[in-house]
Amino acid sequence: MSSDSPTRSTGRAGAASDASSDNGATREPALVVEHLTKRFGDRIAFDDVSFEVGYGEVFGFLGPNGAGKTTTVRTLGTLIAPTSGSATVAGMRLSPANGPAIRARISIMPESPGLYLRLTVSENLRCFAGLYELDDIPGRIERALRAVNLVDRASDPCGSLSKGLRQRVALARALLNDPAVLFLDEPTSGLDPVAAHDVHELIVSLRERGVTIFLTTHRLDEAERLCHRVAILNTTLRLVGRPDELRERLFNPALEVRVRVALEHPDAIFGGLPGVEGWEGAGSGGYELVVSNPEVAAPAVARALVGAGADILSIAESRHSLEDVYLELIDEDVEAKRR
Amino acid sequence: MSFSWTRVRAILVKELTDYRRNRFVMVFTMTILPLIFIAAPTIQLLAAPATASSSKLDTRVGISLLYLLLIPAIVPSTVSAYSVIGEREQGTLEPILITPIRREEFLIGKALAVVVPTLIVAYTLFGIFLAVAALFAHADMRTAIFSGSHIPIQVVFTPLLAAWSIWVGIAISARSSDVRVAQQLSVFANLPPVALIALIGFNVITPSTGLAVGLAAALLAVDALGWRAVAAMFDRERLITGARP
Repeated sequence: MSSDSPTRSTGRAGAASDASSDNGATREPALVVEHLTKRFGDRIAFDDVSFEVGYGEVFGFLGPNGAGKTTTVRTLGTLIAPTSGSATVAGMRLSPANGPAIRARISIMPESPGLYLRLTVSENLRCFAGLYELDDIPGRIERALRAVNLVDRASDPCGSLSKGLRQRVALARALLNDPAVLFLDEPTSGLDPVAAHDVHELIVSLRERGVTIFLTTHRLDEAERLCHRVAILNTTLRLVGRPDELRERLFNPALEVRVRVALEHPDAIFGGLPGVEGWEGAGSGGYELVVSNPEVAAPAVARALVGAGADILSIAESRHSLEDVYLELIDEDVEAKRR
Repeated sequence: MSFSWTRVRAILVKELTDYRRNRFVMVFTMTILPLIFIAAPTIQLLAAPATASSSKLDTRVGISLLYLLLIPAIVPSTVSAYSVIGEREQGTLEPILITPIRREEFLIGKALAVVVPTLIVAYTLFGIFLAVAALFAHADMRTAIFSGSHIPIQVVFTPLLAAWSIWVGIAISARSSDVRVAQQLSVFANLPPVALIALIGFNVITPSTGLAVGLAAALLAVDALGWRAVAAMFDRERLITGARP
């Protein structure tokens, strides 16, 4: 798979394209990454990574622990220097000299909120507003807190907040400077389902406002729900595309057929049907058919089963999740390492 | 983007607010520790016999003031040694370094946040010492304290020693991987200037105006260059990842 998997995608998701057209379709992408590599001595953190992210796009960066996701974010955020390759972040070339200017245009919300626990929520935000040299600091703090529904907790010490609320404060902090690109590094890591849901809602509202978001996660449901496009990284970039594109690219379309009694001669029924390329059993009375076009194959399969006197319980198009795509790729990597 | 005092101020205000709410810093580092350092010179002052010779009184004054100089030399070292590695351990360093702040701005903000309370505490306690001397010491002792060069030396060397202590503490903090080790090393690294002052206090090195001016100039030069040296040691990548580039 890796040989024919594109490591670079210039295509834009529909929703992202809509968002970018609002912001000016002629603008260059928010992020352009070209053959970026980072090594720590002999250890490769990530290797030859290339992709683009458009303005207004929510881009998911998936991968297992140790895949290089956080290191990629830190590199694009000018916290660490790449070993080779190049990148443009928010319109500026990634270089040590441009570090402060790039950091002024972007925000990164690290996995750990990193708040000053003895300071109140608004004192934390005031400090960071000062670091960004923002004007109208009270107004910005209020807008950021309103965006994360925390206005009423502004005077509370951060040490008194739950983990979910601290994560929201960290998100408010990341919004203070109206970043051109917002990097969210595992924003729901360690949160309970309710707190994670709250963070998801906040990301959805940011997406609706056209904020460019680079979201690293290993929660595939999160990526599938929130992202216009995703990239799967496992030291090297394995795939980039829309979740449905990746499914199509990795898995053939299939039909799941269930009949009341197992067929005596399934070959005789499924063989030669238009659009059906193969089949295999899937439990008692269950069959999975690999098809070229489900819309052509499904009626033909139904007619053949009725003709054979079978009692049809269901015929449905098989839906692969992003998790299936992810597991398929990561399993391939594990197999490749074994070999 | 050029050097910004706004960002320095943001760090300074954050640090001072944090100290104010940190009971350990307020009670132990800024109160109990300095009181320990002022207790001994005050006892020396009050216990001096009225019949003591002028050279003995001078020695007592020298030792007393040496104790007072331990305040700017030792008190800020533990706080400054925490400044970088402490932020790293509590997970607040990365969010700060993600902002446009330059390392020089970060370090100067941190240093000012330590030097301001240190000078307030050191000068306040020195003032208390002088007040006690003026009110309760016998006449010869008062003369030994107020007529010599002790007061100007104390006034000049207090900020110079504090700045030395702070830069050494921050430098060690920027290169350490553990808060406790950083604080221990920082106290240890502050012993040379204290030892030098001790040698002067005990007349091993004969004090003179020239020596005082020379020492002050040397400390001033070291302090002025301190932030550049520490900035060069401040490796953003190593602090974030723990790995050398």
